[in-house]
Amino acid sequence: MRPFTYQAPADAASAVRAVTRDPTAVFLGGGTNLVDHLKLGILDPGLVVDVTGLASVEITDLGGGALRVGAGVPNSDLAADPLVRERFPVLSQALLAGASGQLRNMATTGGNPLQRTRCVYFQDVTTPCNKREPGSGCSAIGGWTRNHAILGASAHCIATHPSDLAVALAALDAEVRVLGQDGERVIPFTDLHRLPGDHPEHDTVLGHGDLITAIDLPARPIARRSAYRKVRDRASYAFALVSVAAAVEVDGGVVRDARIAFGGVAHKPWRAYRAEEALRGATAADDSYRAAADAELADAVAQDGLDGGNAFKIPLLRRTLVATLRDLAREDA
Amino acid sequence: MDSEIGLRVDGTPRRLTVDTRTTLLDALRERLGVTSPKKGCDHGQCGACTVLVDGRRVLSCLTLAVARDGAEVVTAEGLAPDGELHPVQRAFIDRDAFQCGYCTPGQVVSAVGMLDELDRGWPSAATGTGEPELDDAEIAERMSGNLCRCAAYANIVPAVREAGR
Repeated sequence: MRPFTYQAPADAASAVRAVTRDPTAVFLGGGTNLVDHLKLGILDPGLVVDVTGLASVEITDLGGGALRVGAGVPNSDLAADPLVRERFPVLSQALLAGASGQLRNMATTGGNPLQRTRCVYFQDVTTPCNKREPGSGCSAIGGWTRNHAILGASAHCIATHPSDLAVALAALDAEVRVLGQDGERVIPFTDLHRLPGDHPEHDTVLGHGDLITAIDLPARPIARRSAYRKVRDRASYAFALVSVAAAVEVDGGVVRDARIAFGGVAHKPWRAYRAEEALRGATAADDSYRAAADAELADAVAQDGLDGGNAFKIPLLRRTLVATLRDLAREDA
Repeated sequence: MDSEIGLRVDGTPRRLTVDTRTTLLDALRERLGVTSPKKGCDHGQCGACTVLVDGRRVLSCLTLAVARDGAEVVTAEGLAPDGELHPVQRAFIDRDAFQCGYCTPGQVVSAVGMLDELDRGWPSAATGTGEPELDDAEIAERMSGNLCRCAAYANIVPAVREAGR
């Protein structure tokens, strides 16, 4: 690990200035991913700017059903918040499906969506990886692909985004408040993360020095009936093979509206707009849920791999979506 | 790059100069001689390094010491300040909740933090719609961040349940 300077500025503007003017600088939040990357040699910053002392730890009721979550709110506090559990149960469930009690106490609202892929080749600095070292190649393609993408991958990267929180935020039409050197701006959460394309080194649209200050949850009455369902290789403390964040409104046996996002299957939390469209006006029954899944997964591509590949994820995700919708619709009846 | 920090460790104020790269775990073990937090994986995957920082259970291997200047740190040693065992420690002995013991300080501190979280009504993935209760499913889920390679889970779960009564 290269020596670095540590700073803990008093306010967000100073932190943004400090990182912006030093191309080797990084923000430090809960540190659960960053400190690991320092040890693994994935990151080699000359300056670490700690924002935990200046980030908001408030969850503010914006009225009308909307909430503002400060970037410094720990994952555990957000998951336990009574207003979050009442208005956005999918958000609480997604957080509780991720990591461990200790990690949720450390990880922050602003930092969690910016955690990096757990692709084993990205984390192993002895193997080529276009995300870690652009142009070096992708070791995952044809390698161990169990945890890799089936949607939106490119010839340069098949990594998946590991955050559970991000999947719920994508389904909830959340908005990200960002402070950069040119002031504050708001980004729809679904536009925060990118598909890999030719530049898998960029996970998000944020520029160097951009700091997430809060995440807003707009009023979504539909989210009161929402759930997060995660399938993984062990019962707890593991990343998703596939996951589904969903909210549905059912009236008279008909699906009036739906919000759906997938995790564990793409470079970004995958908002399932086609499935939502297929569901609107459909009968609340398994056939409709399967048709919605098929609509969304029409372009899914399985990866071959040394471990037998990840073709299993396509039917697994279809069944996980159907089961999630069936449970929610039953509750709503 | 050296930095001077202050920590209150198991009730005792300590001052030390650390390289900014030093984790809280290494500061405790290598600099202050507080060796009850253990280095298992050193990557946040095993929970052996669990300590309480300002009352919350965290992983000291993923915490930079310089970022916790002024913090109150409690390790398994600090739970028994005058040799009087904490109820969780007592229960681990009574229930034989370990074999080699390497993960035990982390398990014990994690259980103390977890029981406090439960007292505050925090839900887990095992919690239904009501208030969480200290049943085996809740204990397994809430302690999933602490691995035991001896697989003493069959006795850890009853120990935590007993201590939580």
